[in-house]
Amino acid sequence: MSADGANGKGSPPAPRGPSLVERAAALTPAVLARRVRGLSDRTVAWLFISPTILLLLAITIFPLIWTVKLSFTNYRANRPNAEIHGVGIDNYVRVLTDADVWAAMQATAHFLFWTLLLQTVLGFALAYFLDRRFRGHGFWATVILIPMMLSPAVVGNFWTFLYQPQIGLWNYAVEFVTGIPADSFSMIGSIDLAPWSIIIVDTWMWTPYVALICLAGLRSIPGYIYEAAEVDRASRWRQFWTITVPMSLPFIMLAVLFRGIENFKMFDMVNLLTNGGPGSTTELASITLKREAFEKWRTGYSSAFAIILFVTVFGLANIYVRALNRVKSR
Amino acid sequence: MEKRVAHVVAAAALAMIVQLPAAHAQKKQLTLCWAAWDPANALVELSKDFTAKTGVQMKFEFVPWTSFADRFLNELNSKGKLCDLMIGDSQWIGGAAENGHYVKLNEFFDKNGIKMSDFLPATVLGYSEWPKGKPSYWALPAMGDAVGWTYRKDWFSRPELRAEFKQKYKRDLAPPRTYDELKQIGEFFQGRMIDGKKVYGVYLFTERGSEGITMGVTNVLYNYGFDYSDPHKPYKMDGVVNSADAVRGLEFYKSLYQCCTAPGLTNAYMSEGLDAFKSGQVAMQMNWFAFFPGLYKDPKVGGDRIGFFPNPGAKKHFTQLGGQGISVVSYSANRDAALQYIKWFAQPDVQKKWWSLGGYSCHKAVLNDPGFKSSAPFAADFLASMQMVKDFWAEPSYAELMLAMQKRVHDFVVANKGTAKQALDSLVADWTRVFKDDGKL
Amino acid sequence: MLRREVSVRHAHSAVEPSRASKRIAATIVILYALGSTVPLVWIVMTAFKSSTDSIAYPPVLLFEPSREGFCNLFFTHTRQTEEYIAAMPPATGVCDRIARDRGMVIAGPSNFKPRFLNSIIIAFGSTALSVLLGMTAAYAFSRFRVPGKDDLLFFILSTRMMPPIAIAIPIYLMYRELGLSDTRLGMILLYTSVNISLAVWLLKGFIDEIPREYEEAALVDGYTRLQAFRKVVLPQAATGIVATAIFCLIFAWNEYAFAVLLTSGEAQTAPPFIPIIIGEGGLDWPGVAAGTSLFLVPILVFTVLLRKHLLRGITFGAVRK
Repeated sequence: MSADGANGKGSPPAPRGPSLVERAAALTPAVLARRVRGLSDRTVAWLFISPTILLLLAITIFPLIWTVKLSFTNYRANRPNAEIHGVGIDNYVRVLTDADVWAAMQATAHFLFWTLLLQTVLGFALAYFLDRRFRGHGFWATVILIPMMLSPAVVGNFWTFLYQPQIGLWNYAVEFVTGIPADSFSMIGSIDLAPWSIIIVDTWMWTPYVALICLAGLRSIPGYIYEAAEVDRASRWRQFWTITVPMSLPFIMLAVLFRGIENFKMFDMVNLLTNGGPGSTTELASITLKREAFEKWRTGYSSAFAIILFVTVFGLANIYVRALNRVKSR
Repeated sequence: MEKRVAHVVAAAALAMIVQLPAAHAQKKQLTLCWAAWDPANALVELSKDFTAKTGVQMKFEFVPWTSFADRFLNELNSKGKLCDLMIGDSQWIGGAAENGHYVKLNEFFDKNGIKMSDFLPATVLGYSEWPKGKPSYWALPAMGDAVGWTYRKDWFSRPELRAEFKQKYKRDLAPPRTYDELKQIGEFFQGRMIDGKKVYGVYLFTERGSEGITMGVTNVLYNYGFDYSDPHKPYKMDGVVNSADAVRGLEFYKSLYQCCTAPGLTNAYMSEGLDAFKSGQVAMQMNWFAFFPGLYKDPKVGGDRIGFFPNPGAKKHFTQLGGQGISVVSYSANRDAALQYIKWFAQPDVQKKWWSLGGYSCHKAVLNDPGFKSSAPFAADFLASMQMVKDFWAEPSYAELMLAMQKRVHDFVVANKGTAKQALDSLVADWTRVFKDDGKL
Repeated sequence: MLRREVSVRHAHSAVEPSRASKRIAATIVILYALGSTVPLVWIVMTAFKSSTDSIAYPPVLLFEPSREGFCNLFFTHTRQTEEYIAAMPPATGVCDRIARDRGMVIAGPSNFKPRFLNSIIIAFGSTALSVLLGMTAAYAFSRFRVPGKDDLLFFILSTRMMPPIAIAIPIYLMYRELGLSDTRLGMILLYTSVNISLAVWLLKGFIDEIPREYEEAALVDGYTRLQAFRKVVLPQAATGIVATAIFCLIFAWNEYAFAVLLTSGEAQTAPPFIPIIIGEGGLDWPGVAAGTSLFLVPILVFTVLLRKHLLRGITFGAVRK
């Protein structure tokens, strides 16, 4: 019987259970078990991995290396005939001493901080309430998910319409809810409110995403822990802070990591909503980068800027992931 | 039997081969790239005549102004084959000529009897020539345009408003001829309730991304004495760009923005202006002449309710040049057909039809025609404007120069950063750096 | 270290929340849900307004519905003189009539359909490729001892950290040389390469959860490794594949930055097209709203149908070490 099996007559997999283990143990382990018709494991492994690695090398790593190379030159993509010469670390120095670049990083930091804070708090709260499992919670969870399925560029575009003080809905809705007159303020118009306008739209779009991850975290907490706490007569409040939050912390941190990386790179939505204005109050790092690279065509300079951005986010993510792993292993 | 089959097959094959060239010729198609606005729609209609005359099908690729420069400069820089004909912005001429994007047209013009003297000189200088002032042509003037103004004639005609205005300012409520007059009218209407709704005085360009606020502010700056460089010393900008007069002009634009515009329009260009005017929010709107035919036909604010006036003056009298020329893209695979299109477009009768459909012809046969001024309520103002146009830099590094001015002006006027003098001083520094990088300084 | 139970079915607070707390939770969630759909509802409403109504000041809640938005979305118009319009044959269809009323004539179809089609081809194409490559790579990482596995995995994850504009620069240059500018193949390869990190990462988590014994049994029975992969692992990982596919699809469907920088007439997708739908002179808000609404539909349908897999996808991807 086993000889038949080893010849590979194509019988369906044996039912799981002790008999399988016995059979496996009965066979000469190393040689026979590894003898398979067709490709060896090694070949399969490389066959499976290489397309991915090749694609990434071609479309992500090679361009990255090219960017590094370009960052040391004065190349401009709209002057293909001009002569290119190396400029050493000149571009990097220029980037790091440019006041506009620092303003953009500041705007990005402000955006990151508030969106992460608001989305985490709101997202976790939503997840918590959804976890109460009231009737119809599945339906409402799906409804909440809808904003995140839209294209960020299209969202930025139609929110300019919504934020228009005269013809848009937002100001009138605010007046309806809080009584502040509709024509007394303008979201994307004023220097103080514009940064908030992008934070509000981003929160609207991505809170459901955070909520989803936090919900997964909440669902992963085993029931018996709460039971034990009940037995110990711990109050709801105490349970929340000593069980719920710590055990969902890895998930919350994960959500923050994903959203943090995405918002650091944010371009589409903000570009179509405010175009970086008024002035440069909402000009995030990616928008400045796009201006330098594709409007001014200062390819060398913008390559240096891109590398600096990449190194920044890579470094920060590294530190963060290490902290996350420590929390996970608690 | 076999021989017969072979004969039939051979005959069929021969017939097919003979067919092929003819079929191939019929498939000829040209793609024309322009901005997506009213005149583009008019051009689609006009081009049907070209197709009828030559059998060449026309395809169009229109992109709105806010992404127009981005998209098509990108296209040209990537040596894209999408566009055979390009109606590019007037300021692209320098870059397009020096980087080999456009086909030089002198030879073609000479061979086909197309004379630049048939077109308005300001348009030849602005849309076709590079270097400026030399008879080296890279485009045929296609669409004449300049910044002009519209106003609510119906509001200006209301007796109670007229009386109140006369009493306050001791003159009639009429289209302004100077910017001081315009500001007074703006203040008069600002916040006034008309027909139960609050209205505002003025609509100005404030767009940050592409060219909006620059195209707006220059209309004031030129008239206060701003210029791009010393007329005798090219590229000498210090003392000219940031002269005391220029500073005053920039401050005036900001004061106009702060006193008399609708709230929330901090990133507004052509589209928002049309929305604001058509929805009855403003009394006077700055915009390009290109939109005036459409506005005149608008059901809500057109007809008798709308009036037009050319850009007001101050110390000097200029208006910002708009408009484009039509060029042949050098990467196109259909150069001959594209040149045919240009030849057809240059004919006086085609130019006349162009004007009647809503395009602004630059041909003297149309503009100097005695009936022109009365052909539309804005025609006379258009002619007057074209006599006093002034344009931005058309250098190859135009995009960088534009972005620098966009940033400095927007930061000062809208975002309240620094003083006018600081803005203009920084602008001189920015432009100096660009020209140094270019090797022109 | 506690082994976390990820089964969605019975992991919840053993003490069932009280009726009161459920009601409070329901109220809050429903309020938030309704509030967050208001902007979307407004946009869909705008798609059915006439151009004049859409820019009415102040905005109108009650209006006469019009198909003008959809007409502007699907057709291009040109302005004509009144005499010309009078001389034309009578209007055929709603869009024609609306256009004539405003002194315009329908010139032809707009670019919306080709762009939408491009979106479908590029998004679904790159999703299929991402899932295929991700699945195979994830299996290899999960089952085999690959030299430098951890480093490779981190490298794959870090490709996601680069701002799209940053790699757009060299990709723009590279595609220009290779002739991949403005091609669907180029965009599919690009989106696949961006999505692969997520796909590998998520799918490895799923495959890790599938006990090796099943494949071992199959191998013992004489299946080749490839057959075992196909017949044993794939069916078990179906949920994970679906979840991964949803995420990849949402990204590729909605992507804008690369589309606007690297495509032009041939391969451009819908996101660069929708924000620039022009009416008479300016942005046509009903047209933009119509485009937004239609563009949302496929993703909405896809995600709603497969929403259960979405939750599992995040769960597995997150829990794996």
